[in-house]
Amino acid sequence: MEHDWKIVQQSSDLGEGKVSDRTKAPSWRIAPKVSGCSSGTDGLIAEIEKKITEAFEVFDRESNKTVDGREIGCIIRSLGCFPNEAEVQELLAKIEEPDGFVHLENFLRVMTEVLLDRRFQPIPEDVILHAFEALDENKCGYITKEDLVKHLTEEGERFTQEEMEDMLVVALDPETNTLHYRDYRTKLVVDETKTFPFNV
Amino acid sequence: MGSIIGAMGCSSSVADRRSENVIRAAILIQKWYRFTMARLEMRRRYSLSIFQSIEYADEQDQLQLSNFFTFMLDHCTHPESVSQIFTSPSAPQVVDEDLCLKEFEKKIDVPDSYYGPRLSFPLTVEDANALLHAFRNEQLLHARYVLQLLSETRRVLKEMPNITHLSTSYSKEITVCGDLHGNLDDLLLIFYKNGLPSEQNRYVFNGDFVDRGKNSMEILIILFAFLLIYPNDLHLNRGNHEDYIMNLRYGFTKEVSKKYKDHWKQILCLLRDVFSWLPLATIIDSKVLILHGGISDTTDLDFLNALERNKLKSLMRPPKSVRNRQDQMKKRIPTTKPSKHIANQHVAGKTQHISSSGFTEPPGSNLPPDPALKEWKQILDILWSDPRSQNGCTPNKCRGGGCYFGPDVTAKLFERYNLKMLIRSHEFKPEGYEISHDGKVITIFSASNYYEEGSNRGAYIKLNPELTPRFVQYQVSKFTRRRNLRERVGTIESSALKSLREKIYAHRSELISAFAQYDINGTGRISVNDWAAAMESVLQLELPWRMLRSQLAQMNPDGEVDFMSCFYDLKMGQPIKEAQPALAETLCRYRKDLEIIFNIIDKDHSGLISLEEFSQTWRLFTSHLGIDIEDDSIDKLVLSIDYNKDGHIDFNEFLEAFHVVHRLEKKATS
Repeated sequence: MEHDWKIVQQSSDLGEGKVSDRTKAPSWRIAPKVSGCSSGTDGLIAEIEKKITEAFEVFDRESNKTVDGREIGCIIRSLGCFPNEAEVQELLAKIEEPDGFVHLENFLRVMTEVLLDRRFQPIPEDVILHAFEALDENKCGYITKEDLVKHLTEEGERFTQEEMEDMLVVALDPETNTLHYRDYRTKLVVDETKTFPFNV
Repeated sequence: MGSIIGAMGCSSSVADRRSENVIRAAILIQKWYRFTMARLEMRRRYSLSIFQSIEYADEQDQLQLSNFFTFMLDHCTHPESVSQIFTSPSAPQVVDEDLCLKEFEKKIDVPDSYYGPRLSFPLTVEDANALLHAFRNEQLLHARYVLQLLSETRRVLKEMPNITHLSTSYSKEITVCGDLHGNLDDLLLIFYKNGLPSEQNRYVFNGDFVDRGKNSMEILIILFAFLLIYPNDLHLNRGNHEDYIMNLRYGFTKEVSKKYKDHWKQILCLLRDVFSWLPLATIIDSKVLILHGGISDTTDLDFLNALERNKLKSLMRPPKSVRNRQDQMKKRIPTTKPSKHIANQHVAGKTQHISSSGFTEPPGSNLPPDPALKEWKQILDILWSDPRSQNGCTPNKCRGGGCYFGPDVTAKLFERYNLKMLIRSHEFKPEGYEISHDGKVITIFSASNYYEEGSNRGAYIKLNPELTPRFVQYQVSKFTRRRNLRERVGTIESSALKSLREKIYAHRSELISAFAQYDINGTGRISVNDWAAAMESVLQLELPWRMLRSQLAQMNPDGEVDFMSCFYDLKMGQPIKEAQPALAETLCRYRKDLEIIFNIIDKDHSGLISLEEFSQTWRLFTSHLGIDIEDDSIDKLVLSIDYNKDGHIDFNEFLEAFHVVHRLEKKATS
């Protein structure tokens, strides 16, 4: 009998020179989950397809099973995936129509595979913390506004000005013009897991 | 930065590795940030989705209400109490056509203690400024001036054709505004940004001035005042909410009755007339068509221009000749009764449709075509339709009236009348405007924060003599500092979820029985899949249930939903005996509608109606909706709550008991 697998704990490390979420396979510890009616992979796939369709339809303005290609990144991420911009573009290239729209059936096809293969898994909180620490040269617990702006708008997959401003509004301590990254990260993580009051 | 000097030494490789790490760290942070922002955006989107679905579902329920009023008028045993509101102008209490300004002056006294604006007719810009100033300071205009203003407005509107033709030849730009829905702040903001109406600054307001917001009256007063001062430069189109039956449910009637305790019936009566005299459309330079809703494949502008527009006071009631026809046909063709089971309520409601498609004659009938029917359909279509990207013209299922029209319908109309652009409103747009049908159709929506603080922007169009549109967006905010996206989304989301939870509570019994069907072993738990299916089928709302699940119900570690947890956090204001849960829920669901009806029956504003009237109304209401409730159960309920005072019921107190309370709210304030 096949079970539905659920991720219980994951770990990976971000050490010197080993920063990569793609090349190093994280070690998962998984536990079987007993599901109600659906059994086997078919049930799992049906469930995944429903999830994908739901997320897709939120952006499907006219209920005609198409979304604007520019929203695909948003949909993929709200399904729990953690791609970078290049990966989003790669996916989009496979399914985008000439007019810039994406059809549900194509998206379903590609996205079901992504979820079944567990690609683009989110990284744990401590990894993010290490990333901030890497930017904090003097290890003082904060990053100056100038450094933050420099790194995020000039390096890697650069932020647009709007993205940078949005982040600064929340992240920056206005009095010192610095980002205390531990607090910031905690703030956002708490927001993420905010759910119905009794339990997660 | 020793990289320049130590380009070849081993110190450079350390620097290189460090900067490599920094870059990787940057990528990670960027990735994580975008991840967080995307999920925030999803929450924002589904919150708006919740608002819209509930709004459209309510509009469908509204159909039930309008049928009920028709039913009441035809069968009610207390004709004086209810039908006074609806009778034709010949009834004595109603404001007469010939009643002029002097009559109002004689009949209504304005006390010296009134410090609001005192209008003198004909109005001038000073009067308009006095009104703006007064409304900014939350003053009310005295009822006499309101009635005078409305009477004058009716006189002026009567002279206007159904379709106004404008030309851009002598003015710079024409400004087109969409739905305002009682948001005075938005109108004031528009005037602030764009200037007051004048000969050099022309405006077209495209309907839906009233309902939902709390300053519908003030918006009308301002718009009508400017209309009287600049009749050639300020133009109004009728919207689907300029309709007394819509106003009953969506707040305008209530607003007027609260603000004008002594004269509200007169005011509403006069307004009913004024609304019916509002022009139906505006055309600029014979190229740009502006109307509130949209078009259909049968839209005939010449026909629309020629009909007597004031005959249709409300579009929610088909014309009398059609109703008589319907009754005739009903006698010949047996119709199925509406289902008596509560669970099917929504199904019955959803299939009803006020478009004329429900009234087409069966094949082979010899009844002549009905001109009133064509008139009604034509106006219904232009006030209620929505554009869609698929070709064709189909009945508008969401709204229950008008149709969905595709790019081909637009193209055909443009070809027939040599048009270039269609500007319409009627639909909420997060950015205040939207362009569709390949640039041919523009939706303009001017009520910012329509659902909730931060939900959307408003916008208006500036149209220059070349007829190229320019959009100006804005958003009114009660917060002085700019709130960040997280805070804004948080507000919208909790508001949306609150509305959704109230709907869940109001359908408790149906939901529980639907859940039970999936819970074969009676464990109290079902799969997420089944839970989602049950929610969607009972509430009839197309929402991302799996995504919302964590906010609505508890899940156990096995991944199953504890379905009763949906209701943990909600309860009614007053505990009702468990023996009558279905009744309590019905009262909960229709609380707003009942409030409206009772307020109308309560002639003297005492807040009390007799037990007899109460029972009668309730019986009619439930029988009409096909709800099966024992005759004496409502009496029992009243007694159990003990609101009976000398054979009268304080209906506000009674209904207050069925207000859904969110326990979390109580916690927050304690």
